[in-house]
Amino acid sequence: MPADPKNGHPAPGEPMLSVEGIALRFGGVQALAGVEFTIYAGEICAIIGPNGAGKTSMLNVLNGAYQPSEGTITFKGRTRRKMHPRVAALEGMARTFQNVALFKGMSTLDNVMAGRNLKMHSNFVACLLPVGPSRAEEARHRAHADEVISFLEIEDIRNVPVGRLPYGLQKRVELARALAAEPDLLLLDEPMAGMNRGEKAEMSRFILETKARFGTTMALIEHDMSVVMELSDHIVVLDYGRKIADGTPEEVRTDQTVIDAYLGVATEDDA
Amino acid sequence: MTVLSYFNDLYSTFFATRSRTINTVFVTVISLLALFAVPTLANEYWLQAILIPFLIFALAALGLNLLTGFAGQLSLGTGGFMAVGAYSAFKMTTAWPELDIIAIFFISGFFAAGVGILFGLPSLRIKGFYLAVATLAAQFFLIWLFNRVPWFYNDNPSGTITAPPRTFAGVMVTGPEAAAEVRYLVALVLLAVFVFFSWNLMRSRFGRAWMAVRDMDVAAEIVGIPLLRTKLLAFGVSSYLCGVAGALFVFLYLGSAETIAFDVNVSFLVLFMIIVGGLGSITGSIIGAAFITILPIFLTNLNPILGIDLAVDLAKHIEVIIFGGLIIVILILEPHGMARLIQISRERLRI
Repeated sequence: MPADPKNGHPAPGEPMLSVEGIALRFGGVQALAGVEFTIYAGEICAIIGPNGAGKTSMLNVLNGAYQPSEGTITFKGRTRRKMHPRVAALEGMARTFQNVALFKGMSTLDNVMAGRNLKMHSNFVACLLPVGPSRAEEARHRAHADEVISFLEIEDIRNVPVGRLPYGLQKRVELARALAAEPDLLLLDEPMAGMNRGEKAEMSRFILETKARFGTTMALIEHDMSVVMELSDHIVVLDYGRKIADGTPEEVRTDQTVIDAYLGVATEDDA
Repeated sequence: MTVLSYFNDLYSTFFATRSRTINTVFVTVISLLALFAVPTLANEYWLQAILIPFLIFALAALGLNLLTGFAGQLSLGTGGFMAVGAYSAFKMTTAWPELDIIAIFFISGFFAAGVGILFGLPSLRIKGFYLAVATLAAQFFLIWLFNRVPWFYNDNPSGTITAPPRTFAGVMVTGPEAAAEVRYLVALVLLAVFVFFSWNLMRSRFGRAWMAVRDMDVAAEIVGIPLLRTKLLAFGVSSYLCGVAGALFVFLYLGSAETIAFDVNVSFLVLFMIIVGGLGSITGSIIGAAFITILPIFLTNLNPILGIDLAVDLAKHIEVIIFGGLIIVILILEPHGMARLIQISRERLRI
């Protein structure tokens, strides 16, 4: 299933998304301040940082769940003051959540199909009929959804309401729903949170296979450093809402500021 | 392992296909019975007192279930939306006597849909019980409006609306002369048509969008489902069906009515139907309507059958107690309603 060639899809290595001067405030708390970085097409970019560094806030700004008070977001060459979740989805951004946000009463297949809802355009009257263009469209998209389902090896639970599934599988269904949208940019908020070693390895494999097979650009938040080092091409490190490092895994690993942030060394500004 | 999974697949495909065949056969048999056997076998009392109100309430329950069970928007305005359908059908039949009565039924739903969409607007900001209270306001406002503005009942001094005699294809459908069999068949066919449409709609992108909004609206927005448009469509479709049900309620069942016929009790009654029958289940709407309309009649007739001689008021009170008790028992046994009970028994019996 090759991704649709979309207008304005950047070539590999070109900027997919960049943010500049992003600031976000919750009352008196400065969650993000002056954050800027670029995610390049085709790469896996990890956003890391200690607890409370503003990683999830950053992801929420990227897809419009939060509106930043300052700064700009440039996605596929178009610069905006803020995103809107629906606009982000329409322009080819999909995401998963730290605490799985699935449609619990619906089957795996219906959840994955919901990920394709915005690609479906049958009108209301056609949808009232059991035959005709609406059913043809439905069948076409179901075939695609089934491809994603078999890609992520969740055929066994295709018709099971996702509320009954164990956590690890729910995480995978959520990834399936995001992939079903054939996104250009996929935001993964702690895709391996709460997983055991085996499940983490499996999820890492799916993430790498997604990159290899669909060339999807990904931004992910993850706490497990071994996973981050293994998966990512590019790492952005946040601490107290500011970017403290940005580079290849090798560069970030040896960066003194990063080491200090993680180990909690007092810097002179704190004094 | 592969051989085993192959047979597993074969097995489940076989049962899935067989289950679909059984469904088709069951629906066909019920439809044929309802179309041909019932009108010839049932007497006037059965048709007028049981079957016609059952069909009409099933339509209203279907309407509310689409909104509450599928799209997750709790509404207590069903009676009000039914009243909009009834009063607009009345205004249309009296203003344009030549207009076909079946067409009027279909059109009256659009007025209810418009009003439903209007009162659905707050649903973007408020949810759950708060939305229920907002729709309750719609209920009271609409009933007040139809009571206070004489234009709606053509300045009739008694304040009632009456279904005038109208024919469809030469057969009397409404009015005092209309045969119960004909009114039954009209209600049956309309219900069947709307069940058929709803069934398809719920398996389309619209049904999925509604369920997504119901299950988690934040995630629905992230996958690109427009929240307001989706909720308003649900209010529109739901109120449309309730509006048609309201028109049928006056034109095929009551004959003439005042606003009291659509008071808040009706809203609660229809809500009970979908809760007992099964939220988010089209079949459940029909089963729930059958349960709530037929059970009280069954209980009323139980005493004479059992030969117990009770004072009328005492019998009525006991009836209400048993009725309420049964609803509680069913909900404890299966909170997802009778449709789910049937589904579980089918899975156990493998049919």
